[in-house]
Amino acid sequence: MSIKRVPLSEVPLTKEDFVSDQIVKWCPGCGGHAILKAVEKAFPETGFRKENFTFVSGIGCSSRFPYYINTYGIHGIHGRANAIASGVKIANTGLSVWVTTGDGDSMAIGGNHFIHTIRRNIDINILLFNNQIYGLTKGQYSPTTPKGEVTRTSPHGTIEHPFNPAGLVMGSMGTFFARVLDSNVRMMTEVVEESSKHDGTAVVEILQNCIIFADKAFSYLTDKEHKDEYQINLKHGEPMLFGKDNSKGIILKENRLQIVKVGENKEDDDMILIHDQYNPDPGIHRMLGYMRPPEMPRAFGVIRAAKFDTYDYLMEEQIRSAKETSGIKCVNDLLNSGETFEVN
Amino acid sequence: MSKNNNVTEKESAVIKFVGDSGDGMQLTGTLFSDTAALFGNDLATFPDYPAEIRAPHNTIFGVSGFQVQIGSIKINSSGDFCDVLVAMNPASLKANLKWVKKNGIIIVDVDAFDKKALDKSGYEENPLENNSLKDYKVVEAPISTIAKESLSDLSLSAKAATRSKNMVALGITGYLFNLDINSTYKFIENKFSGKDIIVESNRRTLAAGYEFARENELFETTFFVPKADLPKGRYRNVTGNVATAWGCLAAAERSGRELFLGSYPITPATEILIEFALHKSLGAKVFQAEDEIAGICSAIGASYSGSLAVTTTSGPGFSLKSEAIGLAVITELPLVIVNVQRAGPSTGMPTKSEQSDLLQALYGRNGECPVIVISASSPANCFYYAYEACKLSMEHMTPVVLLTEGYLGNGSELFRIPDVENLPDINPPIAKPNDPEYKPYARDPVTLARKWAIPGTEGLRHRIGGLEKFNIEGNPTTDPINHELMTKLREDKVKRVENYIPDQTVTGEDSGDLLVVGWGSTYGPIHTAVKELQNEGKKVSQTHFHYIKPLPKNTGEIFRNFKKIIVCELNAGQFVKHLKIEHPEYKYLQYNKIQGLPFVVHELKEKFNEILEEK
Repeated sequence: MSIKRVPLSEVPLTKEDFVSDQIVKWCPGCGGHAILKAVEKAFPETGFRKENFTFVSGIGCSSRFPYYINTYGIHGIHGRANAIASGVKIANTGLSVWVTTGDGDSMAIGGNHFIHTIRRNIDINILLFNNQIYGLTKGQYSPTTPKGEVTRTSPHGTIEHPFNPAGLVMGSMGTFFARVLDSNVRMMTEVVEESSKHDGTAVVEILQNCIIFADKAFSYLTDKEHKDEYQINLKHGEPMLFGKDNSKGIILKENRLQIVKVGENKEDDDMILIHDQYNPDPGIHRMLGYMRPPEMPRAFGVIRAAKFDTYDYLMEEQIRSAKETSGIKCVNDLLNSGETFEVN
Repeated sequence: MSKNNNVTEKESAVIKFVGDSGDGMQLTGTLFSDTAALFGNDLATFPDYPAEIRAPHNTIFGVSGFQVQIGSIKINSSGDFCDVLVAMNPASLKANLKWVKKNGIIIVDVDAFDKKALDKSGYEENPLENNSLKDYKVVEAPISTIAKESLSDLSLSAKAATRSKNMVALGITGYLFNLDINSTYKFIENKFSGKDIIVESNRRTLAAGYEFARENELFETTFFVPKADLPKGRYRNVTGNVATAWGCLAAAERSGRELFLGSYPITPATEILIEFALHKSLGAKVFQAEDEIAGICSAIGASYSGSLAVTTTSGPGFSLKSEAIGLAVITELPLVIVNVQRAGPSTGMPTKSEQSDLLQALYGRNGECPVIVISASSPANCFYYAYEACKLSMEHMTPVVLLTEGYLGNGSELFRIPDVENLPDINPPIAKPNDPEYKPYARDPVTLARKWAIPGTEGLRHRIGGLEKFNIEGNPTTDPINHELMTKLREDKVKRVENYIPDQTVTGEDSGDLLVVGWGSTYGPIHTAVKELQNEGKKVSQTHFHYIKPLPKNTGEIFRNFKKIIVCELNAGQFVKHLKIEHPEYKYLQYNKIQGLPFVVHELKEKFNEILEEK
């Protein structure tokens, strides 16, 4: 149980209410620009009061975001955005709290805070800019860089297995996970809005192109040749179809997800999965999060949005109930509680 | 309980309970102290225990001790040497014999002095049998047997029955000091409420110990320490860690800011976290973080969003928080960092006390990174200095490091309960909605504090962060002149706090041959040593610092009037370094001890006398 307690705006807001007067210093062509645009478009749609949005970031290109949007914001230190945001939200539950972070910030130096924030299900939104590279320090491999990739610190190719953020989120008892491409502003806008409504930690992995150090890292998903085959856009309540003219579907058979051609076999058609983002069991969500080309398409959209208690709600409930039942109503009560004696 | 025949009145007495780390010595000492406190004795306690929860039996390193000094006079420390040692096994006797006064009483559990235990503790022969204890009054009691016999009809395992032997020891000691063990029963009932069998077994063994001492006329004479002549008021016994938590809660209430604690368990600071967690009814939000860094970072987030934010830790955790303290400095947010110091470096000696994080508190960060540093000097005044840390932090919009020590945090003393309404006002500079003048780094011209603009407030949306900011406007910049200006403003803001703290005071004459300087937990032993020398007619005075950065404005004036100055610290000389930087015009002598133990009065007196005799 939990109810969003972010106060609503009395007047309708527009994108302009969130545009900052600061010069945006990301590289021309950086995926950050598209993300900023999507957020500015999505925020008025949430209905929340503009003063109640608060951005928190760590260090890296992604983490300059708070300076580029007109909300409250705190730009923290490397890796700690999720810990700072936890405090912001727990202390002030009326805020809609947004973390902008990257694959270095949240998967490497801040990995611990990332998983524990998710495990607690604190009601914040984490926009994970995954460009698979360290940008601000100029091109070192990150925990999401594909194995074998040549970067400035892996001149002979990386020998590390990369993280799949979806796997980390599900493994950390995550309640909300979505994946979007920075090139799909429309989907990004919708997902950001949906994330804002979720009670709990909402992780949105944004596959973001770094035009300087990892350009075209995601073009295998987006180029004309593969676009239809390698992407599936999930929508709650709808069958999992993809490919040109939705000619393919996804079924669960022999304990794994498989692709079937629609209309070839009645039995297979009946088995095509209907996406249930609210399923509390993360089993299928996890499988969907792990799907990768060339065997399977990459899943986009809201993959998981399960309803569980949030940490901040439970904490306030405990306080409320303690206030009702405890005899200690103020600090004077506390100081005089237990064994005391009077000297006259 | 009626008073026994032969009773000797004493104005103070030091009692030490020692045994294996699983023998329940901390509980025994606490119950003894609480009973004495409730009766009206002044007191100070010192728990001294190993890091291991259940160290191997009968070993020297597994010895756990709890020392308490009770008095009808003002008690300033837990005392150097004990009048009564209660030793539950050979190892604890061996480790503590050097702390017993000549002719002092040693109560031993004679059942525990078997061959195996003697061997493990390194005794070649039984000290109870070889006349080696002839300088003491040894009282041999079959403590384990008494425990077992008194519980024989309860359905308890032999092991569980033996575990109650500490209560037998407490009963015997209670008899020796004519304590009202009815109030000890009450403490036991409260502590174990709902666990009837434990209450009953403790009750019975306590009574059995008391009766054993009475029936067997165990002592030639018993002791009575009359009530202390305390100022009027309501009192309680309190540990420094509990008092620290309460001081912060009081500051939250008086400032109208909700309290947020972000913390991670670490010895010896954990009890502060535990204490906060108990009091949700006061609205405190307690976040047990995944690590020390998340503890402080969540607190910084909570501070940004309008709470009185606190993080509590000890040395190693303090190291982990360094980078984040820098963030709180540059964002100019209120934040209280409590460091219950322990002996270092690294893991060091977690359960032993030291004052060796002072320079780290002052300087241990990247960049020019000033914070206010204050310290408490007794378990009870942890309450006031925690309150002061919160007040200064919020009113001056800067992090404050509050240094306490394991010795203060775990130690306890009588606390005269204040009325929270009488504590000083706290007025954080909170920005008003739609303030047309609001700029993130615009400052109060007197304090240089910026305003606290809390998210959610209409018309004040702004960004702060770890990047250097333009003064007033607050946008990120690397402008060289601005960086120098901001660096100086942050330093000056902390410096100006000297206008808001009390003058430094001197105990004794304002001038003389020797001024003894201390800070932190050493107040008690230094005070006692200085008083004794003053009574001998020597021109010695004491000044004890609580405000370290900034120092009180009159520090130099005080130093000027003494021929010699000695700085006493439980480290290799850290505060003295600070004084040499801040007041290089004076010469400082040093007395340092780095043993994880408090000062004892006689070593201080010896040193001071030596200095006084030097020409």
